[in-house]
Amino acid sequence: MRRFLILTCAVLAVAGSAWAVNPDEQLADPGLEARAHSLSKDLRCVVCQNQSIDDSDAALARDLRIILRERISAGDTDEQAVAYLVARYGSFVQLQPPVRLDTLALWFGPLAVLLVGGLGAMIYIRSRAPSRAEPLSADEEAEVETLLKTDKAG
Amino acid sequence: MRRLIFILPVVLFAAVLIGFFAGLGRDPALLPSTMIGKPVPEFSLPSVRPGDQGFATADLGGEPMLINFYASWCAACRIEHPLLMRLRAEGVLLHGVDWKDQPQAGYQWLQDRGDPYVRVGSDVSGRTGIDMGVSAVPETFVIDKQGRVRYRHVGAVTPQLWDETLRPLMDKLRSES
Repeated sequence: MRRFLILTCAVLAVAGSAWAVNPDEQLADPGLEARAHSLSKDLRCVVCQNQSIDDSDAALARDLRIILRERISAGDTDEQAVAYLVARYGSFVQLQPPVRLDTLALWFGPLAVLLVGGLGAMIYIRSRAPSRAEPLSADEEAEVETLLKTDKAG
Repeated sequence: MRRLIFILPVVLFAAVLIGFFAGLGRDPALLPSTMIGKPVPEFSLPSVRPGDQGFATADLGGEPMLINFYASWCAACRIEHPLLMRLRAEGVLLHGVDWKDQPQAGYQWLQDRGDPYVRVGSDVSGRTGIDMGVSAVPETFVIDKQGRVRYRHVGAVTPQLWDETLRPLMDKLRSES
């Protein structure tokens, strides 16, 4: 049993680092390959849309990985290499969309809902809180005094 | 005013619900094209037909035309093929690109089913398609007289799409200077 557990853990540990990049796609230079690898993790596969091109086995994802590596080998910066693909497939391919005018709702919508909701809740709670008690007038004080006395007497 | 505070969240919730419900019916594969209004990227492809003239950017422009991306391995291409044959018979200027496919297989496809294309290029690497943002075949682009992309359709062209969208658009482009 124990041996089985160790084996399972070992297998899972290896499986965790698996990705779809084939050895023949990888660049010889480990530095460039690392850049390509980290960039491709943030690029969406347009065929299987919730996978990155790094994870996807789709033929088009493979093509895009190779194009990304070509651009990087040709001396593109990370931004230029990503822009090359964005020019063709739109910013939809960026798994982390850039902050732009048309993505403001996406980025700050939840925060706006929280603020509006919080404001609403605050107004509501304020309105339900008991209002501060008015101080008693001299007449009332006297009445309280009598009441307390009679109560004690009774 | 006070009542508004209580009604507003309900109205907002209803609006969000309607928005999400409408979104359910949308096909997530239909991505907006980045190419609309831009000239077709430079390309030059050998022909799928042995010994025939290839297909290149120089063939574009002059008249409105269609570029249809197909492949012999593509199932939906079988569905739209009869319509493409009809368009060719009607004299529509239709070019083809055999995308990510061996030219022999693409040629065999045309032999077996009929050849609707004026020019048909072989894009084995898929790069010409990728430059135009093709994500899957079939895809069809409407090109204007200046060689710019004016419309992109993802998936099989249906008779309805042709009658209601593509033909009116091509007529309009024909009347442009």
